[in-house]
Amino acid sequence: MIGDPAARQGGSSLDAAERLLAELPPAPAAWCSGLHKRYRRRTAVDDVSFTVDRGEVVGLLGPNGAGKTTVIKILLGLVRADAGDVLLLGRPAGDPRARSRVGYLPELFRYQPWLTAAEVVALHVRLAGAQVSSRERRECLGLVGLADRAGDRVGGFSKGMQQRLGLAVALVARPEFVVLDEPTSALDPVGRADVRDLLTSLKARRVAVLLNSHLIGEVERVCDRVVVLDKGRVAASGTLAELLGQSELRLRLDGVGAEAEARLAAAGGLTRDGDAYTVTLSADQDTAAVPELVADLVGLGVRVHAVEPGRISLEERLLDILRATPGDEDR
Amino acid sequence: MTARTVFTLAALTLREAARRRVLRALALLMVVLLALSGWGFSRLAGTELDGTELTSGETRLVAAQVLNLVMFGLSLIAALGTAFLSGPTLAGEIESGTALAVLARPVRRSTVLLGKWLGLVAFGSGVVVVAGLAQFLIVWGTLGYWPPQPVTGLALLAAQTTVLLTLGLLLSTVVSPMASGVMAVGLFGATWIAGMVGVVGQALGNEGVAAAGTVSRVLLPTDGLWRGAMNAFQDPIVLERLGGPALKGGFAFLSSAPLTAVYLVWVGVWIVLVLGLAALAFHRRDL
Ligand SMILES: Nc1ncnc2c1ncn2[C@@H]1O[C@H](COP(=O)(O)OP(=O)(O)OP(=O)(O)O)[C@@H](O)[C@H]1O
Ligand SMILES: [Mg+2]
Repeated sequence: MIGDPAARQGGSSLDAAERLLAELPPAPAAWCSGLHKRYRRRTAVDDVSFTVDRGEVVGLLGPNGAGKTTVIKILLGLVRADAGDVLLLGRPAGDPRARSRVGYLPELFRYQPWLTAAEVVALHVRLAGAQVSSRERRECLGLVGLADRAGDRVGGFSKGMQQRLGLAVALVARPEFVVLDEPTSALDPVGRADVRDLLTSLKARRVAVLLNSHLIGEVERVCDRVVVLDKGRVAASGTLAELLGQSELRLRLDGVGAEAEARLAAAGGLTRDGDAYTVTLSADQDTAAVPELVADLVGLGVRVHAVEPGRISLEERLLDILRATPGDEDR
Repeated sequence: MTARTVFTLAALTLREAARRRVLRALALLMVVLLALSGWGFSRLAGTELDGTELTSGETRLVAAQVLNLVMFGLSLIAALGTAFLSGPTLAGEIESGTALAVLARPVRRSTVLLGKWLGLVAFGSGVVVVAGLAQFLIVWGTLGYWPPQPVTGLALLAAQTTVLLTLGLLLSTVVSPMASGVMAVGLFGATWIAGMVGVVGQALGNEGVAAAGTVSRVLLPTDGLWRGAMNAFQDPIVLERLGGPALKGGFAFLSSAPLTAVYLVWVGVWIVLVLGLAALAFHRRDL
């Protein structure tokens, strides 16, 4: 009823051309540019742009109210952006067919309580227009640990079981792009581990994933790239190596002269707390240069008590990014 | 694809109606009403008025009137049932988050809405037709009265239910589930009262008061359709012979004229218009 005529059903030549175009370049799983969204006076999303490439697992991080869920809903056409463009698997988001190979687990998940788990899955297969055998659907329910509850009404499910069902719904129609908004919020520790395995297997099958989670360990383990949102803006984004590139070296030294201090500073950013020295190594230097540094220090008459290489965790980095006010020094 | 989505959602809505308590509650109410009316009609058959038995004409007039009264009850139950089903079905799904997963599928919101509407229409019409037929059989069994145009009458009652649930659907795209049900029923009641006021105005020859009924029947066609249905249920010959003064007196459960074609066309336009408005409101809504 509503919508552009080009998006209508029917095998017109325009359609064929569009499909050809969609297949030529490996269009990213999701691409968005300049997204803006205001709820009355409150800006929820402010100029957000990012890309999720095919087969890539991207983590969406940020504090409560940062706009993560809103961005996800805009991508899926559930919320209308005030400005900005979205392409899903090469199609504009205004075209429902853009979502035909997309799986989604909402943050606020709820499924028809009067249906059984198997019926909910079957309904979503139908709506997706996919051909999925009943054996495959059962397998999918088994994958999320609901094999023996497939015939039970969803109304009697616990919260975690409903979230598991949501995962099955997101995965059942052979998606090429999966959007998971806090997929483990209601899961037990085993369920969380299962979700990690699921994500790894999706990655192995080159299914793109956009994962919003507050469990940073989870994100750090499975994501290729992260996008950090704060107050509706992209505060940082990049591969894990880019964001966590720096490793650091913690040393306990005494007898450090001016010359030795200069040598330490040459190795990277230096901070000192009593006899504890921390050198932040830049990405290219890595820990290969450590023996040389230690040899030089010893040569300069420094007594070396301890040398401990370490890596900044995503959590520390995230806290840095979120706590940093513009113009502030990093650490 | 679009047609399949519509039918998938229509079937889903019917399944919801069947599995939730709505259907059982409606069925129970209907059975109670039918049983009561059956008992009432059987008593009516042997009633004496001023010491003499009712003539067959009088019996038929009373039968038509009581039939209409009971049918009003039936249509009211069906309308309330579907209004309280149509509100929660959309607004409730938006509120609970059930709509998120469904609408993230490759479907248009207007298609989803159309599917739900179709399912609700099938449900409401089914209830009206089944209960209505049962009522006809009861009247026929007890008083030997069979309405002259049962099909037209039932179709008009089904249309009345459709009008109300379409309104409920529109309301549920903009307000909360409970509020939409309550508002739909409130408006339904208001037009019925306005229709009654209009009839009284007509009887008193007061143009202004009579206009109230006409205007309300155009704004929300439930009462107009109901009057058309009543007209289809009553015996025209008896009505002409005996009904004159009764009608002038502003009887609530007799109607003097069938519906005009123009009015029926307007009802069709009204439904399409309101459904289109609902689709528009639903399309623009953030979930
Ligand atoms: N329907 C709505 N109406 C009004 N404001 C909203 C609505 N949805 C979101 N917001 C506002 O938009 C901002 C971003 O919300 P959003 O749900 O996207 O946050 P989030 O990053 O997902 O947070 P969380 O980690 O808590 O899930 C918040 O300030 C919120 O108040
Ligand atoms: Mg959120």
